[in-house]
Amino acid sequence: MVPTLFGRIQTRLFMLALVGGVVTAAVAPLLPVDAPAAARYQSVYVVLAAVAVLGVGWELIYHVLMQWRWEKDWPTLFGLVTIVPEGVLAGFLATGGHLPGLPGPVPLPAFAVHFTVVWLAVWLFVNGPVRVPFIRWRFRGGRLL
Amino acid sequence: MVGSSVTEVIDVHRAPGDRPASSGLPPLLRTSDRWTDEMVTAAGIPMRDKPVVTVGGGIGSFVTVDYLRIAGGLPTSDIQVVSNLSHPWQTYEHLATVSQIALDDRIRSDAASRPDNIWGFPSYAVSEAFRKRTLAPLMQVLLEPVFADFYTPKLRAVLESIAREARRIRYWDMLERGDVEMVRRRAGGGYFVLFADQRIAEPEHRVIRCRDVHLAVGYTGLKFLPELQEFRAGMNDFHHVVNAYEDHEHVYHALRRRPGTVLVRGGGIVASRVLERLIRERMDHGLQTRILHVLRTYFSGRHGKQLWARRRGKDGFAYQGFNYPKSVWGGQLKAEMRKLDPDARLKVHENIDGTTTAWRREWQRQLRTARSQGWYRAVNGTFEDLRRDGEGVLARLRTADGTLELHADYVIDCTGLNAEVRDHQVLRDLLDHGGARMNGLGRIDVGREFAVTGADSGMGRIYLSGAAALGGPFPGVDTFLGLQIAAQEIVDDMARRGFCRRMGPAGALAHWVRWAAGRQI
Ligand SMILES: Cc1cc2nc3c(=O)[nH]c(=O)nc-3n(C[C@H](O)[C@H](O)[C@H](O)COP(=O)(O)OP(=O)(O)OC[C@H]3O[C@@H](n4cnc5c(N)ncnc54)[C@H](O)[C@@H]3O)c2cc1C
Repeated sequence: MVPTLFGRIQTRLFMLALVGGVVTAAVAPLLPVDAPAAARYQSVYVVLAAVAVLGVGWELIYHVLMQWRWEKDWPTLFGLVTIVPEGVLAGFLATGGHLPGLPGPVPLPAFAVHFTVVWLAVWLFVNGPVRVPFIRWRFRGGRLL
Repeated sequence: MVGSSVTEVIDVHRAPGDRPASSGLPPLLRTSDRWTDEMVTAAGIPMRDKPVVTVGGGIGSFVTVDYLRIAGGLPTSDIQVVSNLSHPWQTYEHLATVSQIALDDRIRSDAASRPDNIWGFPSYAVSEAFRKRTLAPLMQVLLEPVFADFYTPKLRAVLESIAREARRIRYWDMLERGDVEMVRRRAGGGYFVLFADQRIAEPEHRVIRCRDVHLAVGYTGLKFLPELQEFRAGMNDFHHVVNAYEDHEHVYHALRRRPGTVLVRGGGIVASRVLERLIRERMDHGLQTRILHVLRTYFSGRHGKQLWARRRGKDGFAYQGFNYPKSVWGGQLKAEMRKLDPDARLKVHENIDGTTTAWRREWQRQLRTARSQGWYRAVNGTFEDLRRDGEGVLARLRTADGTLELHADYVIDCTGLNAEVRDHQVLRDLLDHGGARMNGLGRIDVGREFAVTGADSGMGRIYLSGAAALGGPFPGVDTFLGLQIAAQEIVDDMARRGFCRRMGPAGALAHWVRWAAGRQI
């Protein structure tokens, strides 16, 4: 990908809402937690929202790091391995119950499964299929608007 | 060179000596900036109507027509391609193969640069993975460019994909064979495209009256270092001194029969390919070929004006994945250039222009071996002159340490292609009679929507893509992706002007399904 700063942020928010939203709905009932449906859904969507909000900050950092690259690109692999720092931060906040709106701390296995599945789905979508409906997206640094 | 058209130099099927037949044109037409319908009729030139004409019929025309058909929703009857080529990949294939990209070699551009697919999905890597039932291409895309070379498709796969798409959009229903001589504005709006088919014995002029014109005429010819050109012309020797973009198989064949020294000039990707061929020939056939590599600019390390924008360099070469930093095709550099004024753009060009080649592990290995065994030597210098020397040539070079004389059996000039717009008759005519002007890089000035500045005619517009549009608001013009970016801007502009549809997400998805199913449109 060759994102611009605004492209990164828009792509992050839009893809988490679209792909992340759908995937979250699908995996929520399967997560290894012992909680009523309402609490489950509330938790997963709070986590998803947190990943989006924190993501804006992360994108700023990635943007700065990208400036050191001559090509000003963001290789496919980078989009995958950033799962580690982002997962650690979001996981710390979610499992510690530090996110506003959480009914309670999220068990680590449930967080790990949810976060990884959403991340992979978004990463795969952004690295290909998104170009089908949005034919201008790749030429605009990831901007959708 | 002035006065010749591209077709004489590059087109594979043209016999040398052919000459444009515009001599038969009445003086009134030749000198008038605007023609009326009556002037054309009075000259007895047959005339037809078409809303859109694209001149060139190479990759640029093909990609634009693809976009017009799919995204713009135009029927074949609304579009005319006028070209001296019989198929759009003809010149590209010719230049690629003579410059040592065999059908099963990999080209320079990346997985998502797909001239046959306006979406860029699935990428060539995905297609190759499916075709060959292997994950290797996908792994390469995952690891590129840090832990693996950039994935790039094989020439054969690219050409086959273009052929398939051309059939799907019924390209040949739109193609008219002809050599375009000029595009003149029409009094009342629109344009006249004047052409004649130079392949036939007595070519006759014909005119298409149209609303919009798209020009994608590629390069004007081959570029030579003046010293080398002088030698070729003066000695009438086109055998010992060759351009990498002309057929020069005889050099490799001769080296198989008799050991020799080859002087390679240039540090771009074509030089890399020529070196690869020479080295492979030597290794595979147990030859004794020696290589002298002359570089005008020698890069020994990272270079660039700003700390955070430094390009990799080593052993003489400047390295870059593609012919521009990747972000010109959609990222930061594209967004930045779009906003800059022409002077500021030129400054950015100073930083990002320059000859580069791709860092490929295989090429690095080859050169390491060649260097360590002492039969490859890179020299930083410029040509002073070239003389005949026995069976070969003697090159006199100016280097930092003074003059250096080198004997070689062959010289392969990898200087490149000529993009002088004044050397192309249609572009020159556009500058002289069509209201067009040159930009700071000496190419044709175009706006963001790739319309030629100053050349509008009533409701009509001239669009231009490819090498001739360099120096405008978008730098990566002469590439598959650049041509597609231009096509998108052009078709969106036509839609804004009310002459075709603007494709939204639902339409894009529906058309992609058709593409994937191979359904003709
Ligand atoms: C060796 C080589 C390798 C390249 N590799 C890549 C790559 O890997 N990836 C990438 O993205 N880009 C690559 N490019 C750059 C670019 O994508 C191609 O050159 C591409 O073919 C450019 O398309 P075009 O339409 O501008 O020119 P062309 O495809 O050359 O088409 C223009 C054609 O118009 C015709 N024409 C010109 N004047 C007239 C006239 N007056 N009347 C009628 N017809 C006319 C000529 O036949 C001419 O060939 C490569 C270029 C070269 C030379």
